Formats: sequence, C-alpha cells, structure tokens
Amino acid sequence: MRKLLLVAILTTASILAAQTIKGSDTVLPLSQQQAETYMKVNKSAKVTVTGGGSGVGISALIEGTTDIAQSSRKIKFDEKKKLSDKGSTVVEKIIAYDALAVVVNPKNAVNQLTREQLDDIFTGKITNWKEVGGADLKITPIARETSSGTYEFFKEEVLQKKDYLAGIMSVPATGTIIETIKKTPGAIGYVGLAYLNKNVKALKVSFKDGQFVEPSVKTAKDETYPIVRPLIYYYVQSSEAAVKPFIDYVLSKDGQKIVSDVGFITIH
Amino acid sequence: MRWWIEKVIEKIFAISGFATTIVILLMVVFLFREGFGLFRSPVVEKGFALCVNASNPVEHIGSSTIKKVFNGVVKDWSEFSSFNEKIVLFRCEDPDKCGDMSKRYSEEELGSDYEHLAEKLGEVIAETPGIFAFVHEEFLPKNIKGVRILEENKIAVDDFFFGLEWIPTSTPAPQFGVLPLILGTLLVSLVAILIATPLGLGVAIYLSELSKDRLRNILKPAIELLAGIPSVVYGFFGLVVLVPMIQRAFNLPVGQTALTGSIVLAIMALPTIITVAEDAMRSTPRPMREASLALGATHWQTIYKVIIPYASSGISAAVVLGIGRAIGETMVALMVTGNAGIIPKTLLTPVRTIPATIAAELGEAPVGGVHYQALFVLGCVLFLITLTISIAAELISKRHHNKGL
Repeated sequence: MRKLLLVAILTTASILAAQTIKGSDTVLPLSQQQAETYMKVNKSAKVTVTGGGSGVGISALIEGTTDIAQSSRKIKFDEKKKLSDKGSTVVEKIIAYDALAVVVNPKNAVNQLTREQLDDIFTGKITNWKEVGGADLKITPIARETSSGTYEFFKEEVLQKKDYLAGIMSVPATGTIIETIKKTPGAIGYVGLAYLNKNVKALKVSFKDGQFVEPSVKTAKDETYPIVRPLIYYYVQSSEAAVKPFIDYVLSKDGQKIVSDVGFITIH
Repeated sequence: MRWWIEKVIEKIFAISGFATTIVILLMVVFLFREGFGLFRSPVVEKGFALCVNASNPVEHIGSSTIKKVFNGVVKDWSEFSSFNEKIVLFRCEDPDKCGDMSKRYSEEELGSDYEHLAEKLGEVIAETPGIFAFVHEEFLPKNIKGVRILEENKIAVDDFFFGLEWIPTSTPAPQFGVLPLILGTLLVSLVAILIATPLGLGVAIYLSELSKDRLRNILKPAIELLAGIPSVVYGFFGLVVLVPMIQRAFNLPVGQTALTGSIVLAIMALPTIITVAEDAMRSTPRPMREASLALGATHWQTIYKVIIPYASSGISAAVVLGIGRAIGETMVALMVTGNAGIIPKTLLTPVRTIPATIAAELGEAPVGGVHYQALFVLGCVLFLITLTISIAAELISKRHHNKGL
C-alpha cells in the first residue's frame, strides 16, 4: 500500500514537473533535438530524454517509469498484452522513418548485396567476401547488442526471424559499429541512415527483382529502398493529456523540419 | 556524559555492522531466488506453445533442435524423429502477422477481434501433416481434432551449464548455453593474471628491496593511483589505443579479442598485486634478513632464498586478489573483448564474458522473464567463482608464515 502511494506521488509529481522519454538509441538524437527546441518555445515545459534501447523503453513504459517510450520497432504483441493486463491502452504515434543502411569498410570492393546474400552472411553460411564478388577476405559480421531495436528489426526484415550466427560479434552502440568497421577491412554491419559518414561505405541492396537500391532519404521516401522502419513514440492513453503537447510539436511542421535536419525521413 | 556518548556510538557502529551483514545476505538470497526459477521455466518462450499435426508421433523436442528447425537448418522431421515428412514452419506470434492466415481467410472469417483465429489455425494444422507451428497462447487451437499441442519441457540444468550457444533472443526457443561465457571469462582473467603476476612481482621486489627510498616514495603512490582510475577509462584506452595495435600486430580481422581484454585487465590488476605483495615482502623481519646476509649470502640470494619464501603466502594472496579483480570486471570486457559468445579456441578471437553479458542484456530483459532469470543464474555463477577465489585468498594468507623456510 505504501509502495503504491509512493508510486502515485512520484507519477503525479513527474506529470506536473516533467516528462520523460526513454528507449531507442536510434531515436535518441532526434528526441533530444526535439526536446531542446520544444523547451525553448515552451519555457515551462521540461522533457528528459534517455536511451538504452527500444526494449528498455517499452519495459519502462510497462513498469510506468517513463511517459513516452521511443522505439525503432513495433511494439510486440506480448508487450501490448502486458500493458492491457495492467488496464492501460497503448497509443502509437509514428514520428519519422529511418532507413537501415548496410555498411562495410570503404576499401571493400563489394558494392551491392541481395537479401539472400545478407541473410547468408549474418547467419554464417557465407564467410568469405570472394563468395559475393569481393576480395579473398574473411567476413566479420557485426551486430548490435540484443537490447537494440535495430537488432530486432534487422533480424525480422533481413534474416526473416532466423537467428544471427552463434557468436556474432556484438557491440553496445551504433558509434562503435562505425568505429569497428572503419578499422576492420572485412567487417559488415548495419546502422541508421542518420549515422552514415565517410568512414564507412553503404551498400546497395536488393530484396526482389535484382533492383539494387542505394540507401538515401530520397529512395527511402519513394519506398524503393527496402529496409525502412518507422520510429515510434508509445504512451499510455491515461497520460495523453500530459504528453500530447510535446508529440503535437514533434508532428508539426517545425518538428518535422528537425526530423529531416537530423537525417531521418519525415512522415509526409 | 562522555561515557554515554561512547556507548551510543558503540551501539550505532554495532547496528550498522549487523545491517550491512544482513543486507549482503539478503542480496545473495535475492540473487539465487530470482535465478533459480529458470529451471522451472519451459523451453519454449512463455505464453507460446508448439503445435503439430495429430499424425505426427514426435514427443519431446530439445531446445537446440527447435532452434535448428526454425532457423531452417533442419528441414525434415525424419532428421530427428521417426516421422517421414517435410517440415512446414508456421509462426503465429502476433494476430496481424500470423503465418499466411490473412491470405487464406478473409477478415470476416477470422473475426474482427480475431475470435475465430484459433479455430481456423486448427483447420490449417489439421490439414498439413508436416506442420510445426509456433503459436501464441491466445490463439492456441485447443481441443481440435487433428491438432496436437506439444507438452512443454523444462529448461534442463545440463543444457544451461553445458550448452554451447548463448542466443537469448532466439524464438521460439531461446538458447541459454553458458559454457562459452564461463570459458570466456576464465580465459580472459587467467591470461590477464599470467601477464600481471611476473610484472607485478618484479615491481614489488624492486619497490621493497632494491629501490632507493626517494624513488619509492614517488613510485608507490603513483601505482596506488592507478587503482583509482575508473574502469571505463581503462576500457576507453583499450578501445582506442590497444585494439588497433593488436589488430595490426597480429594482422587480425578485428582487434577486439580475448588478448586485448587480458592486457587491459592485467594493467588493472597490477596495483592490487604490487601493493599486497610489496607489503608482504616488507614485513619480513629485519633479523631474518640480517642473519642471511651475515651468513655470507648476497643481496639477491637473500631476496630469493629468504624474503620470497617468507612472503610466499602474501604473494599468493596478491595473485588471487588480482584474479578476483579481473574476473568481475565489466566495463573493460564489454568494450574491448568483442562480445562474441563462442567457445574461444585461440587468444586472438573475440570472446564474451559473464559480467559484460549481464551488463549488456539486463536492461532489456523483461523482469521475471526467462532471459532475466538466466542472467541472474549467470550472476550466481559469477558469485560462486569469486566466492571460491576469496576463500582461497583467505586460506592462503592465513597459512603459517615461515613454511617456506
């Protein structure tokens, strides 16, 4: 009972004082920018943004320790059920889209891969670049840690829910993927479009018909690039009044301008 | 008056002592209680079940076989049972994405809130002899002719401790084989200690016996300062400096290897080893040294015939404490060892350690779930390893001092 009271007090206090956003590291830079400008426009508001991975954000939402969960994957049926068992309805707001680029070392001669080839590389069937038209070099696939929504999304879309090869090298952050790939000639990994820079080379990919498409804001927008995912804010219906102003701002013209500034794809 | 204050303070000290002990004991109980629910959990993810066609005789399927089937490695029932039929995989984790149900049936047939989904699923399973369906509890076709729901196995203790694969996100059957993680942890720590011991002992001998007092007064505090540097700084140093060096030196695909981790951990264990070993050597009684020198032994002979044997228990304790420091280290392992859960064959491959696994995965594991419990059992394993080491250190340092002489 006392615990309940404490939780109640804490929640009320947090609604009055501030909102918290927690979850995906992919959405993190976007949410931070949004929160900063929102607080400039709206002096009394206070928005705190933290990362940790989509799974972390959604479990925080279930436990009631965050107001908004930022996620780079759709909520799972199970997670939704846990929320509805607690008597809350989850609301989903897509705030932007992100394309996932498959990246390799700039010195790698390979420029394009099909979904089947990516599948075989990340499940360990193809282990040398010469099998996909590159130099005789061992492939080092790199994945994100399991808490990442990117990890789940790539597994679902590209590997069609198969497991990554046992003992795949995994790194705790997108920045580390780039850093590792930059230093590793045979490495291959995946990062959000916003993280692309000259240290890594993005591959063209083809999911069907042998049409190889380069990842860019343009190809993601016209839906020719296949690995695109929504970036989503989840909140529970009962806290709608508190979070609505901020989310409305993110969906507004100003907010969407920030989306494209950060390097994501706007919702329109 | 003063007497009263002293009494009160004494009581406060006593209470805090008891409180600390109780908190520690409670933490251990909590650790084991959270973890050991794992072995009562089913192999298949909670809230889901596996169904087959009724003509399929298969009984219990091990978790690694389930994984192989759903990864498309095993394609025919005959590969692991007496049933001769091609496997047809069917996943229904989410009503919106339930196999090809939305193509087979119209929205009306399934019902607006999927109330007929279970029934229709039953039809599909009944008419496909080779089917292997992974279905959410909500839509489980119960009591339908032609459908058999597989009985659930519990996660086996030997699958856990001797399993070779750690894939906690594998669906339908998460793989919790901790052998690669235990071996990875032990390898990284042991190599670290092999590097740190000779170095540490050398420095300890120099500091206690050979160096001039002035030099010692500079070196000793500097080394002790090393112990105060946060581990994330060591990790960062390893990632930026050591990883590329190792990669170039051995011409490896990646520089994040067991060896890289060992070197950084060795540097971190050095202050502990040096300080404890040096204290042990300095505590050799003066008459003993003088007796040795008086008998005509040289300075060096005195060091390795008298001082080192006399201090041997302290030196062993130093090494064991160093191992303890290395085994529990999280941040460095997470940053520089590459975190690949395979059984390490050489020092130059990435490994995954227990502390790094817990740190990387606990945040995302739903509280009370199988993954969460598995991480707690990992915590228990780590606890038992470090407990053994602490007991060993205690026993060694209590050993009779003059035994070596």
